Amino acid sequence: MKSLLKMTWMEAKLFLREPASAFFTLVFPLIYLFMYGMISGNEPTPMYDGQRALDVAIPSLTAVIIAMAGLMSNTMTMATYREKGILRRLQTTPVSPLIVLVAQVIVIFAMTSLGMLLLIAAGKLVYQVNFAGNVFSMLIGFVLSSLSFFGIGFILAGIMPTVRSAWVVAMVLLYPMLFLSGAFFSIEILPTAVQKVSAFMPLTYVVNLLRGLWAGEPWANHLLDVGVLVGMLLVGVIISAKTFRWE
Amino acid sequence: MNTIVQVNELRKTYGETVAIDEVSFEVREGEIFGMLGPNGAGKTTTIECLEGLRKPDRGTLRVLGVDPQRESHILRERTGIQLQQSNLPDRMKVWEALDLYASFYPKTTDWEELLVQLGLEEKRNTPFAKLSGGQKQRLFIALALLPDPQLVFLDELTTGLDPQARHAIWDLVRDVRARGKTVFLTTHFMEEAERLCDRVAILDHGRIVALDTPTALIHGLDAEERVIFNVDGPLPASFAKALPDAVRLEVEATRVIIHGKNDREIPLVSEVVNLLTGQGVAFHDLRTEQPTLEDVFLSLTGHQIRE
Repeated sequence: MKSLLKMTWMEAKLFLREPASAFFTLVFPLIYLFMYGMISGNEPTPMYDGQRALDVAIPSLTAVIIAMAGLMSNTMTMATYREKGILRRLQTTPVSPLIVLVAQVIVIFAMTSLGMLLLIAAGKLVYQVNFAGNVFSMLIGFVLSSLSFFGIGFILAGIMPTVRSAWVVAMVLLYPMLFLSGAFFSIEILPTAVQKVSAFMPLTYVVNLLRGLWAGEPWANHLLDVGVLVGMLLVGVIISAKTFRWE
Repeated sequence: MNTIVQVNELRKTYGETVAIDEVSFEVREGEIFGMLGPNGAGKTTTIECLEGLRKPDRGTLRVLGVDPQRESHILRERTGIQLQQSNLPDRMKVWEALDLYASFYPKTTDWEELLVQLGLEEKRNTPFAKLSGGQKQRLFIALALLPDPQLVFLDELTTGLDPQARHAIWDLVRDVRARGKTVFLTTHFMEEAERLCDRVAILDHGRIVALDTPTALIHGLDAEERVIFNVDGPLPASFAKALPDAVRLEVEATRVIIHGKNDREIPLVSEVVNLLTGQGVAFHDLRTEQPTLEDVFLSLTGHQIRE
């Protein structure tokens, strides 16, 4: 327990010292929010069933943070730790690999939450965004989305031979997902053929779920999203555990 | 004296390549035991089998009385390990590394004291990436000493360090022994093995070709030592005549080299100096050259350690 606490605290410090990861999870989403604010203004839009673009932006950008934290920060940290022999050094101590993984999950999750809180705070203060949902539901949706996405990062770091190859695959997965999942703009404006592709993007389900819960829709409307994410979470945990290597 | 490490007919292959074969030896409590050999001789494979990081194909291993594979959790708490290749996160500070690693063990020494002893106190707030090679190695030694281990493994400890840093590290390793710990190290530096180790196993192509104290290895070699000096004028013929039969004389202008076996009753150098002063021959810049482990290695394996 003492090791887990120390390890988690250490990883949190290291995360914040890494300018890229701190920027993409904490600052980048805010920049996007303000860009939305400038472009779309404060009027309700028919594209989002009468909600303002900014109201929708908060859950959408939360999905973006989750994707970046899971695919960029998580993949990079774990792949680098393995390639540089940092995990190998840990292997010579009595510490369990589980503690390494759990500390990593806690930190990435805490940073993702912090990113979301900053978004909500900025949205409330600057644009008085409207939250129609239930805080508790939103929280559960957020935890489920985050954990199911972090698994992808662990799997990539576990199966790709080098940091570079893990990074390339992470980017190849991340970019189409950001644009085709509806995180940045509603997929309804895309051609039908492209909309079909979005069904294969795991992030689509995060966007749908978070946006729905944010707008106050019941869970019953999102059983598919929940099913896909729970499935991803289970696969993620099993494969991460199986593919974990110290070196 | 207690046996700390016992290895019997250890064998490990990687595919077709035999990394080590029929390697047997013992390490005794309180000694610095060195494994010397060129790159690829099987040193790291051996040390990693002992550390429990690799599974041997055959052979029995006992480290601190336990099997390193099956009871690795016991070893982890009682051994200190410095790996040949490992790192810490770039932005982790020296004190943070010690503080973090201290939390992994049930019982540790005071890491603040280790910082002082290893000369890292001024660097306590320096991130790992900003440390020099020697400072990184000292930090790794500190991490290895953290659990107050009975046995310390040091793999290629001074590779890549400048001579000054290397000598400082040697002093540290002697300190470790002075604290009653046993040290198992690997090296491909002859000088390191000769000056630091109590006993040395010479490894070549996965087999131990010799195992003894450095002095015994050198003496067992039956090699020659040399006395070298310069004379001002020509060397008198009477000098050459007075030399013992077993000794070979070589003269190049004013430079004189005398070769002789190193198992003589009277050291060759005193015999030569007595003769020179007795005959009133003026000489200067006299020095002797002893055989080294390099010569031992060459005569045992037929090749130089660095090719």
